[in-house]
Amino acid sequence: MTARSGRRTLSPHLILAVVGAVMVVPLLYAVLSGFKATDELSRNPVGLPRSWMSGNYTGILGSGDFWRLIGNSTLIAIGTTVLVVAVSALSAFSFARFAFRGREALFTLFTMGLMFPFAVAALPLFLLLRSLGLLDNPLGVILPQAAFGLPMTIIILRGFFREIPGELEEAATLDGCGPLGFFWRVLLPMARPALGTVSVLAVVTSWNNFFLPLLVFTDSTWWTIPVGVQQFQGQYSADYARVFAYLVLAMVPALAFYAVAERQLVGGLTAGATKG
Amino acid sequence: MNSTFLPDERTGPATGPPPAPPAGARGRTRRRALHWLTAVGLQLPALVLFLVLVLLPMLFALYAAFFRWGGFGMPSDYTGGDNFTRLFQDPVFLGDLWRCLVLVVLSLAVQLPFALAMAVLLNQRLRGRAVYRMLFFAPYVLSEAVTGVLFAMIFAPGDGLADQLLGAVGLEGLGGEWFADPSTVMATLFLVMTWKYFGFHMMLYLAGLQSVPRELTEAALIDGADARQRFRHVTLPLLAPTLRISVFLSVIGSIQLFDLVWVTTAGGPDHRSETMAVTLFQYGFKRYQVGYASAVSVVMFGLSLVFALAYQRFVLRRDLEGATTTMRGGTR
Repeated sequence: MTARSGRRTLSPHLILAVVGAVMVVPLLYAVLSGFKATDELSRNPVGLPRSWMSGNYTGILGSGDFWRLIGNSTLIAIGTTVLVVAVSALSAFSFARFAFRGREALFTLFTMGLMFPFAVAALPLFLLLRSLGLLDNPLGVILPQAAFGLPMTIIILRGFFREIPGELEEAATLDGCGPLGFFWRVLLPMARPALGTVSVLAVVTSWNNFFLPLLVFTDSTWWTIPVGVQQFQGQYSADYARVFAYLVLAMVPALAFYAVAERQLVGGLTAGATKG
Repeated sequence: MNSTFLPDERTGPATGPPPAPPAGARGRTRRRALHWLTAVGLQLPALVLFLVLVLLPMLFALYAAFFRWGGFGMPSDYTGGDNFTRLFQDPVFLGDLWRCLVLVVLSLAVQLPFALAMAVLLNQRLRGRAVYRMLFFAPYVLSEAVTGVLFAMIFAPGDGLADQLLGAVGLEGLGGEWFADPSTVMATLFLVMTWKYFGFHMMLYLAGLQSVPRELTEAALIDGADARQRFRHVTLPLLAPTLRISVFLSVIGSIQLFDLVWVTTAGGPDHRSETMAVTLFQYGFKRYQVGYASAVSVVMFGLSLVFALAYQRFVLRRDLEGATTTMRGGTR
């Protein structure tokens, strides 16, 4: 009995360690390879670098290109997030706290947006943006991203707004608050955790988007990180070590953001999945 | 529900502007109109954004699919169902459908069970479980494009980490061309997808597992159920709603897979890893056969719709009946 239970507690650790290694090794390999020269990489692909060269990393960090991509990605992520959260909050407020004809139908319309792949709309959207002159314009990415982010954001915020007790609303009304005053002065401050959650989701989704920036930005001025990574790989395909350094630097912001906002991200994803 | 700004007398004071107008029929109509205007006005920005940038493009794709059209001006060369006829004779597109099915089956048969196993492991009290959870989920926050480039280099034939590691432990025979070999490209792709996404499903399952009341598993324990029976007859049925959502997200993800394929193989070699979204991109943005590409998007739309509706109708609906009902009928 003791032997059996002993084996039982050992094996989960072994399994987890193996899976953990599979998760870590690709990332670690990229970090280490970034510190090698490309000719060392082919002779010594797996081990530690014989001499740690920081040139690949500093070279990329020293060029304006990389920082421009970071700036573009940041601007687009913030723009998308502000827009989608603001617009969704108004809509969710209306769904959660008003009764009006067609409310359920409208809500169903928004939730249906969850089911459809972005790719389905990609072609007409591209043509629409072209005719509006929004190609090579950050708004050409921000607006569609916000539009496609609406369903999830509205669903999460609506759920949260509904849980705020009605007594608060009555109290606010007695104190002379109209619906909008209640929304602005009571509901939004109370909903800060939920707003944080949906904002984190919007930032991550925008930061990682590849398809839309690929379509919208025909020249490199507005490229975001994912597009930049792909182009960099194409441009320096022979210089492996440098591409690895670039990859690592491209991953750092996302992983750092994850480390800071893990709770909101996981909470938001599970809430979105279970309430959707 | 009477906490909402209802326009009738019962909750009258909660509706309109602070100094409530005299409760005449006229005031009530005005208040009602104001209430309606506020409610709809609040919806307006979201509705406009959604209609113009989501719904309209999708409907337009549906329309354009019936034309031969290069994407300039309005479509005028109506060809009926020709695009669809051509589509369903196109071996690449038929291959897309097949590969989509393969990915769905692999995800449901391998990736999700693996995620569930990891969730069950990490739901126990184990040293370092917080670290493992965070680690397994981490790839989810990376962009598919970045992940794709990373693994394209790891699976580079000969020089890449994969081949080097296999060589180092004397398993050169298992190495190979990975993404470059038509017979292994899908398996390699699936491996990368699993690396990136199993942690997400694991997190969903963990959230689901934590909502299983401990009293139930303890009661089963007292009734003499062993660990396996407890999992099979108590935990799994209660996890069913989470499992269904996860299956749903996984299938939708397979239908629209693009980024990962585009940066690793662009659909090659010889279309052997092409997906519907890649085909759509090739025809729509590279060859300017926008009408034909629209037909691809209509099929994607149709597949998503049929799947979503069928799933909602036959599977998701049961979740609304609550945990006790799912417990009764969930084990099959």
